[in-house]
Parts: sequence; structure tokens; C-alpha cells
Amino acid sequence: MLDYQVFLQQLITGLSNGMIIALIAIGYTMVYGIIELINFAHGDVFMLGAFLALTLLGALGMEAWGPTGQVFGVLLMLIGSAVFCGGLNWSLDRLAYRALRKSSKLSLLVSAIGCSFVCMNLGLFWGGVPMKVFADGNSAAAPKDFPAIIPQINLLGDGFLRITPADLLVFAVTIPLMVALTFMVKRTRLGRAMRAVAQDPTAASLMGIPVDRVIGATFFIGGALGGFASVIYSLYNNTIGFQMGTRAGLDAFTAAVLGGIGSLPGAVLGGLTIGCVRSMSDQYLETRWTNTIVFCILVLILIFRPSGLLGSNRREKV
Amino acid sequence: MKHSSIMLSFCAAGSLFLAGAQSAKVATPAPAGTLRLISSLPRTGSANAQTNTMVNGIKLAIDEVGGQVDGWKIEYQDMDDASPQRGNWDPAVEAQNANAAVKDDECVAYIGTFNSGAAKVAIPILNRAGLVMVSPANTYPGLTKAGFGEANEPLVYRPSGKINYFRVVPTDDLQGVEAANWAQFLKARKVFILNDRELYGKGIADVFRKQAEKLGLEVVGFEGIDSKAANYRSLATKVKATSPDLVYFGGTTQSNAGQVAKDLRSGGYEGMFMVPDGCFEQAFIEAAGAANLNDKTFVTFGGLPAEQMTGKGAAFCTAYRAKYDADPEAYASYGYEAARVVLQAIANAKTKDRAGVLAAVSATKDFDGVLGKWSFDANGDTSSRVMSGQTVHEGNFKFVKVLGN
Repeated sequence: MLDYQVFLQQLITGLSNGMIIALIAIGYTMVYGIIELINFAHGDVFMLGAFLALTLLGALGMEAWGPTGQVFGVLLMLIGSAVFCGGLNWSLDRLAYRALRKSSKLSLLVSAIGCSFVCMNLGLFWGGVPMKVFADGNSAAAPKDFPAIIPQINLLGDGFLRITPADLLVFAVTIPLMVALTFMVKRTRLGRAMRAVAQDPTAASLMGIPVDRVIGATFFIGGALGGFASVIYSLYNNTIGFQMGTRAGLDAFTAAVLGGIGSLPGAVLGGLTIGCVRSMSDQYLETRWTNTIVFCILVLILIFRPSGLLGSNRREKV
Repeated sequence: MKHSSIMLSFCAAGSLFLAGAQSAKVATPAPAGTLRLISSLPRTGSANAQTNTMVNGIKLAIDEVGGQVDGWKIEYQDMDDASPQRGNWDPAVEAQNANAAVKDDECVAYIGTFNSGAAKVAIPILNRAGLVMVSPANTYPGLTKAGFGEANEPLVYRPSGKINYFRVVPTDDLQGVEAANWAQFLKARKVFILNDRELYGKGIADVFRKQAEKLGLEVVGFEGIDSKAANYRSLATKVKATSPDLVYFGGTTQSNAGQVAKDLRSGGYEGMFMVPDGCFEQAFIEAAGAANLNDKTFVTFGGLPAEQMTGKGAAFCTAYRAKYDADPEAYASYGYEAARVVLQAIANAKTKDRAGVLAAVSATKDFDGVLGKWSFDANGDTSSRVMSGQTVHEGNFKFVKVLGN
């Protein structure tokens, strides 16, 4: 392979990974933007979405469906996981966060960490379900193989670059979602209400905006994006496990902070940056330095731009 | 020497017989006391399937002596050294297990660990208490031998100055060498070496690299992976760009060998893939997906798979199948072997306490094991050198050849 060929290939990998990170990061940043809470449970909600997708895949026997059927199956998993994760995130807000709205930020944070543990352990139980896709539930904690119903073959044959249907899926799902989200936040009534609540909840409620309902909607949308991300992640990596939320959450949280927490374009930029930095570091340095480099960049950015790459623009925040 | 072991097996069989006969006729005399074996193996996470078969091996050995030796009741306690947080062995849990064993006055032997890194934690704790430890699976050389790992190894594991750690498997300095020899035999010219940065994985990868260079193979890359990463796509591209004939991964199923195999394939690498015994378990094939491994994956193992064993080993397999209605996995026979070494030592021990059992274990000579006769050397290593190579065929491991010797 030629040098620039390798570079372009790594760029594709970096962007694909970055898109998935970005989609999860948006969930962190939206919730932070509106109630200044780092929702630690978000990564684990994402993980449960992947478990639901695998359960659907196994229960409906999607592996045996034809190519057209499988496209339908992917749509079904995307919608199922998005609704499930959105609903779960909304319930977390309703049950664990809303009552603490007026108390100190610290209690809210501790509550979020607790939710994270609860969700993670739900995943551990879920992995023990005696289904074929969970290896008959023999070992709940073991990573599960997620069947590659989106094939990992090169669409370009032996061509110049390697682009698989899984790569395309990542872009085909994330880009429209991000466009739709931006439109919603900027143009719709709900979006305007969200921005109003983010700026000043008291003033917003005086204007007749149902603050709690708007916050609930934000949690739902953030969770739903995590649900979409979980299906793409599973189809792209073909392995899921009850601990995957921790790592994915950490990456996404880093992306959100890097881009400027509270800023939507920031989260996307942060995710793509992390994805590409990871790829390039794997290629041109050594794999073992990759994490160090990512976190060094984070530290440097926070020193010189404490609000993150795009964090200064307060009006952009949701 | 030969006589003593034959005598011994007679004794074992005899005492078994006697025990049975006594219970039939007169009431069994009150046991002289209880001696406990404790095993510490990973039971949470993907290693559990393998551990199950090792524990089955241990239980089988205890059942064969009727649960008692010389009138001493043998009890067995099965401890887990993994935690859900890590999904893998956990140093904190391992230390806790070792300390619990030390505090247990009736415990005379500690069987474990599976992971070499965990052994590093347990050995010094048990060493101070003079409690013997027999591992069915640790293969990192530095635990017993000088000159392979850190400068202070293995003395750092022996704070009391005495050896208390023994293992019934051949070490990685032998396995890694055989793996590289096999790679050459498979006509690999360029190799890319990966490792999981753990004690075992990095250790065996280093040995593989040394031998590969000695054999004149071109090492086109040597990388430590992040075993918690979501995928290894970028690494796969990097590997593919160097166009190796064979990729070696020093690591275990628990350190993400399955994902590495998956991503090498989805990244377009089509050459051979070789892994050490840490991946010689069905869980590895499940994690990687059989289609990604079939016929191009090679697995080395310090021992023989069940169906290749003869003599004592074949007898073990038959007994195992009869009792558990399943085939023993790779390390089941070593679990059985480790327990038998301890049980024989208890029978031979002059005093039925920790010091007596420790002395008897270290005196093990010409042991009639599942892989033939072997002895413990001065370091506490087995003298057995039997190794095997297998491939993955239609989703199952398939024996290819005996390596070395």
C-alpha cells in the first residue's frame, strides 16, 4: 500500500469511529447543556441499547433473512433501540434526577453514578439470558458476538481503498441524524424551548414553557441518539459486552469536553477529532501511546481553551 | 524411582479400596482431621467456561481418592479471582483469596492461578505463610526462572527464601520458541507481532520475537494493544500495509483476541494468525466468529488436547467424559494433574500440615502424569516438554502436530 493510501484508509476508519463517538457525545452534551449534569449513566444506556438490538436480532432470527429483509431488520433494530434508550433515559430523569433538581449539583452527580451502576448490572443479567445469541447465557459477563448482518467486505473489490457496507452504514445513519437534530434545535418550537430552558429555567417557566417536560424531552432525544449509536456500534464492531458502555462513555465524554460541553457542533467536532487522532496515532506512532495522546490533547485544550474548542459560543448550547 | 511411584499408585488404589471396604463393614474411624485445597481461578467473564473444566478436573482427582487421604478428610473450596468490573482476573480479588487461604488453618494447598499476572500477586502472600501453590495454567517464565523477565524475578516472589510455587505446565520460553519454529515451518517470511501488554501476553510475544529473529524471519511490526478498545481497525490497516504472512498475538481471549481476529479480517488482512494457549478455548472461537478463524488460525498449547492423550491421560479423558458428559477443555487435564500432585504429596507428607505437604510437593519425582512421567525441577517447573499445535477447522479446534521434541 502506498503512503497516502494508508493515510486515507486511516482517515476513513477514524471518521467512522469518530462518528459513533460523536453520536454518543451529543447525548452527554445535550443533557449537560440543559441541566448542567454529566449523565454518567448515558454510556450504560447506550450499552443496553446494543443488548436490545442483539436480542431482537436473535429473537426474530434475522441472520436467516435475505439481504432485503436484513435492511429492514437493521431499521427495526435502529428504531427499537432508539425508542428503548430514549425511554430509559427519560425514565432515569423522571425517577432519579427530577426530584433532585433543586438540591446540590453533587447529589445529582452521585445519583447519575448510581444509575450507571444499575444499568451496567442490568446488562450483566441480560447477558445471562439463555438465548443462542448470548451463547445460551453460559457466561453472562463474557463479550457477545454480534452477527455481521452488514457484511464487512470491500465494496471497491481489490480497489484503491477499503470501504465496507458497515462504514457506509455509519455515515448513512449519523449524518442525517445530526442534520435533523440541528434543524430541530434551531427551527422547531421544542428546540426553541430547549434553548430557553438552557439559558434560564426560571425565566422560561415564567414564559409558560413546561420546563420539566422540556428537560424530559431532552433526555429522550439524547438517549435515542445513544440508541442509534448502539446499533451502529454493534454492526460495526460485531462484539458487545456489558462493560462496553464505560469505555464508549469515556470516549464520548472526552469528545464532548474537547468540543466544549454544551455545544452540539462541538460534540461532533470532538468525536471526529478523537476518532482521527486515534487512527493516526495507531498508524504513525504506536498503539500503546494512543490513549496517552488523546488525553494529552484533552489536557492541553482545557489549559488553553477551558471551555473547549467550540464551547465559548453560549447561544449555541442546547 | 519407578518402583516408588508404582508402589504409590498401589497405595492410593489400596487406600481407596480399604476406605470403601471399611465403610461397608465397621464404622469408619473418625477422620484424623480435615485438610482443605483451595483453588483460585477466574469464574466471572469469558474465562469461566475454561475454569469450569479445570474445576471439574480437580473434583475428579479428589473423587478418585474417595475424598480422603490416610484418614484425613479432603475438602475443596472453589474461589473466583475475577471481578465483574474487570470481566477478567482482578489483582485485588486475587490478594483477597490468597489472604483467606493463609488465614484458613486447614488449608494445605492453593491451586491456581490461571493468569500469570494473578500468580504474581498470590505467590509472595502464600510464600510468607509457607503455603504450597500449584498452578495448572501459568506459563510466564519469570515466575520461576531468572533471565526471562524483570531483573529481580523470581526472587521477588520468594520473600521467605524458600520455593513454594510449582506448576504443571511448560513455560512460555519453550512455547514461544516452538510457536516461532512452527511459523517458519508454515512458510511465514514476514511476521507482525501483537501483544496485550499483560505479563503473559507480552512475555510470550517477546520470546516469539527473539526466536523469529534468530530463525531469520522478518519482524515487520511489534505492537502492544489496548485490550479495552472498541475495535482495532486502524491497527488492522497498519498490519495490512506491512503485508505480513503471519500475525502473532500474545494474549488471551479475555484480552480481546477475538476482536483482534475479527478486525484483522474486516480490515482486509487475509494471511495466517497465530495465538498461544491463552486462546486455546472454545470461548475464543465464539468471540472471534468461526468464519474469521477457519483454517488460517494456529494455536500452540503446552500439552496435548484430550483426544491425543495416551496412558494416564486417556484414562483421565474417559473418566472425565463419564462423569461430566462433556469433553475436557485444554486446561482440564492440568487442573486434574495439579490436584493429583497435591493429593499424592499429602499421602507422602511426613506431617499432615503445610510444611509437610510443601516438602512433599517439592519432592515430586517421576510423577505418573497425564502427559507421561515428569518431575519438578529445582525451580518448581515441570520437566514435561510436550507441546502441540492446532488449527481451527469448521468452528472447532483440530490437532495438527506435536511441537518440539
